[in-house]
Formats: sequence, structure tokens, C-alpha cells
Amino acid sequence: MNFTLRVWRQKDANDTGAMVEYAAKDIIADMSFLEMLDVVNEGLIAKGEEPIAFDSDCREGICGTCSLVINGIAHGGQRGTTACQLHMRHFEDGQTITIEPWRARAFPVLKDLVTDRGAFDRIVQAGGFISVNTGGTPDANAIPVGKVESDKAMDAAACIGCGACVAACKNASAMLFVAAKVSHLNLLPQGKVEKDKRVTSMVTQMDAEGFGNCTVTGSCEAVCPKEISLNFIARMNRDYGVALLKAST
Amino acid sequence: MNITNLFRSSVGKKFIMAITGMALFLFVVLHLLGNLQIFLGPEAINRYGAFLQGNLELIWPARIGLLIIVGLHIWSAIKLAVENRAARPQPYAQQEIVAASYASRTMVWSGFIIAAFIIYHLLHFTVQVPAVNLTGKNFTTLEDAKNQHDVFRMMVIGFQSRVVTLFYIFAMWLLFLHLSHGVSAMFQSLGWKSPGYGSLIARFAVVASWLIFVGYISIPIAVQLGYGSSYVNSFNVNALQEVVK
Ligand code: HEM
Ligand code: FES
Repeated sequence: MNFTLRVWRQKDANDTGAMVEYAAKDIIADMSFLEMLDVVNEGLIAKGEEPIAFDSDCREGICGTCSLVINGIAHGGQRGTTACQLHMRHFEDGQTITIEPWRARAFPVLKDLVTDRGAFDRIVQAGGFISVNTGGTPDANAIPVGKVESDKAMDAAACIGCGACVAACKNASAMLFVAAKVSHLNLLPQGKVEKDKRVTSMVTQMDAEGFGNCTVTGSCEAVCPKEISLNFIARMNRDYGVALLKAST
Repeated sequence: MNITNLFRSSVGKKFIMAITGMALFLFVVLHLLGNLQIFLGPEAINRYGAFLQGNLELIWPARIGLLIIVGLHIWSAIKLAVENRAARPQPYAQQEIVAASYASRTMVWSGFIIAAFIIYHLLHFTVQVPAVNLTGKNFTTLEDAKNQHDVFRMMVIGFQSRVVTLFYIFAMWLLFLHLSHGVSAMFQSLGWKSPGYGSLIARFAVVASWLIFVGYISIPIAVQLGYGSSYVNSFNVNALQEVVK
């Protein structure tokens, strides 16, 4: 298969950047999107040009490192799929494919398609943990967890922190990510203890990072490779409301 | 964390938006029920008008309350929208709309046009500025047989203007759009939602918005189709007879 790529090239964080066209030739249909980029990069290196910088790690859809906006949709528009798990057979031979980085003030572009997602780390550092005293390994099942709650917590914990929710949101809001991280711990007995403090600190950090606000468009949920539900945002709002009421009374 | 987070944080401002939005939604429903009394005839709606105007200690607190609510709603709308714009300084070269409905993407615009409509509406039927009603009549001097303000005649004459009718219908259409998204967003913002009845809330939002739209536009449309014209004309005949005498 052959494609025309329009790729965002930007030397470094201070460069203004621009879209540049490349030809992707002799691509095998069963290659992943990232393997296709590898082939293009090999061609660029052979010609002595700077390869296209993009993020990837596991390439099996579990780490959340790959982060490409493909033809205007974060991760390319195949439901529940990261860019690394998207295959070229889903494209048409001869198609033009636009590739851009996540675009948000809180995710500055470092180079080409690579952004700095440190904002997510700082949000997790603000409250995405439970406080325990170290010591002997606790017994398994010492704290009983209901099946329904544990399933819900697992649904939230499926978030791989890729940032597609921010990339897709018209407001560059991180609420789906934060809601998943808050809910996953707030739902479990180990996390309930610090429920109010967690939701407050994480929302405060989210605001400080300069993300936008949710307007309930549902774009985040639609592009999320782990199909995290919008209902978690409602849950986070409720947790925040409860914390606010408790603090003000 | 303290109560100032309500005004400073993202989620807090969404609470303000949602609570004031809910209050406005309830007002819109009550106002519609009041207005629909026009279909019970001149006597019913004129008595209702006289009742409201006769209880200043009720109507003024309600007006001031509504003004504060609208103020907070618009304040949080602008504040949140400005933050949203700032959150993506560099736009995408190509961006597809995924899942987001037209209504959800245009809330600020539908909101602002509704605000402009509210100002016009107040000048039209509350302050009754003759210049804006486009009929050349003065609404303040209309009286019925009981010497009450003739609200029925004011509404009928008001909506006999086709331009005014079209503007009202247009504004109500935007209110429909605003509420079809807003009412379900409100439950989401307040966290009054769980997976079980999420789809029920979305359906309630759309059905309620449709009912509000149909309810409001039924009045100008009925007038355009001739409702109330015989009542209005009976006054013109009386006036003519006075002149003849
Ligand atoms: C009769 C008048 C109005 C009613 C009944 C109404 C109702 C609502 C409701 C129920 C919501 C949902 C709250 C939420 O987001 O959780 C909402 C949101 C909103 N309203 Fe209004 N509103 C009215 C007027 C206005 C005006 C005058 C503006 C002017 C700017 C406005 C702008 C907005 C915006 C920007 C949102 C947020 C949308 C979102 O979260 O997606 N509204 N409104
Ligand atoms: S590279 Fe790990 S999820 Fe795509």
C-alpha cells in the first residue's frame, strides 16, 4: 500500500512547526500505524534526514505512550484502540493521512509528535495513591471488596493515561482522566479513607495545569482506547461536591 | 478546601452553572404554564397578570432572584469558556467532530442569543416600550372590561406582527437546543447520575425541551392563525362606535 502523509514537524519546544508531506511507499497492510512510521523513518534516515519523532513503548495497547491524532481523531478513530494497535488495512490505498500531536496548553510539544504529558504525572502525584505504613505484606483478602464495586474500580483503573481524552475534547479538558484516577481509588475500601482529600487535590492540580472544563460533549469517551465511561466524570463531580459540602460545614 | 472553591475550581463553576441552569429551567417551565392560560381566554390570563402585578412583595424578590441567577449563569459560562479557549492555544490542522452533538458545541452561542432575546422580551412585554413591538400600539394603556391591564390583548396584538413571531420562534428553537443538552449536562455536572438511569436522563432532557419548545411557540402560532383576533377587534368596533357617537 502507498500513502501520502501530512505530518507535524517541529524541531523543539520553541520552534513554530509546520505540516510536511511525505510519501509512505510499499507498506504492508498488516503493519501497525507505528510500524508504518518506522518504515518512513528508515527512508528518511537513509536519505540523511531527521526521522519523525513520535512516542511509543509497549506497542500492544497497554502503556498509553503512543499519542497520535490521525486524520483529526485521537488514536485514529477505531473504537477502543490505541494508535499502536491500529493497522494499515483500515486505511485506503493511496489515501492522504494527517498526523498531529496531542494539542493542549498543558501538553506542550517537545518535538514533532512528542508532547510532554508531565501534567498527568503531577495530577497523580497530587492524590492518585493511598497512604499505607510499610511493614509485612498484608494478607490477601484481609479487606473484603464487593464484586460490583471492584468491577467498577477495575473499569476506571483500565485508564492507561494516554491523554486522548484531552486531545479529543474541544476544551482540552482532562476530566475523564482525572475522574478515572479518582474513582478507581475512591471506590475501594483502601482508597475511601482519603476520598475527599484525593478528589480535591487532584481537581486542584488539574486546574493548575491549565486544562479546560468539561462541557459533556462525550468526545473523550468516544476516543478513549479503554472506553472509560463519562459516568466516571459524574461520579468525580459528586465526590467533589460531597468534599466541598463537608469542608464548608 | 473551602466554599471559595465553588467559585474558583473547574468543577465548582460547573456546579454554579448547573444549579443556576436548573433554577432557570424550572422558571421556564412555570412561566410556560402561566402563559398557556392565554388559551383559557382573556379573563383567566388577565386575572393572572393582575395577580402578579398586585403582589409586588412577591414579584420583586422573584425578579431580583432571577437576575442574580442569570448573572451567575452567564458569569460562569463566560469564565469557563475563556478557560476552555485558553486550554488549546494551537488548533489542529485537521479535526473531526467525534460524538459531540451540535447543541453541545454551541452552548455559549445559543446562550448569548437567548440572553439577547430575554432583554428584548422584557422590553416588549414587561417594560412595554412601544418602539420595540413593531405594531405602532402602546401596550401600557390596554385595559379590559374590569379596568385591568389587558394582557390577552397585548399578547394577541404583539404576535400579530410576523417579524416578532418569527424572532420568538427562533429564540425558542435556540432554547430547545440549549436545554436538550443543558438538562442532561446538569445532572452530569452535579453527579446526580449513575449508569442505570443515564439514558433516561438524556431522554428526559430531550422530551422536556421539545415540550417547552412546542408549548411556547403554540402561542404566537395560534395568534398568527387568528386566535384572539375577534376579541381584539371587538375593542376596535367599540372604539369606532365611540367615534361615530
Ligand atoms: C432561559 C435561560 C436559560 C436556561 C433555562 C439555561 C439552562 C441551562 C442548563 C440547564 C444548563 C446545564 C448546566 C450544566 O452545564 O451542567 C446550561 C448550561 C449552559 N448555559 Fe444556560 N440557560 C439559560 C440561559 C443561558 C444564557 C443567557 C447563557 C449565556 C451565555 C447560557 C450559557 C450556558 C453555557 C455556556 C452552559 C454550559 C454548557 C455545557 O456545560 O456544555 N445559558 N444552561
Ligand atoms: S505504545 Fe503502548 S499503548 Fe501504544
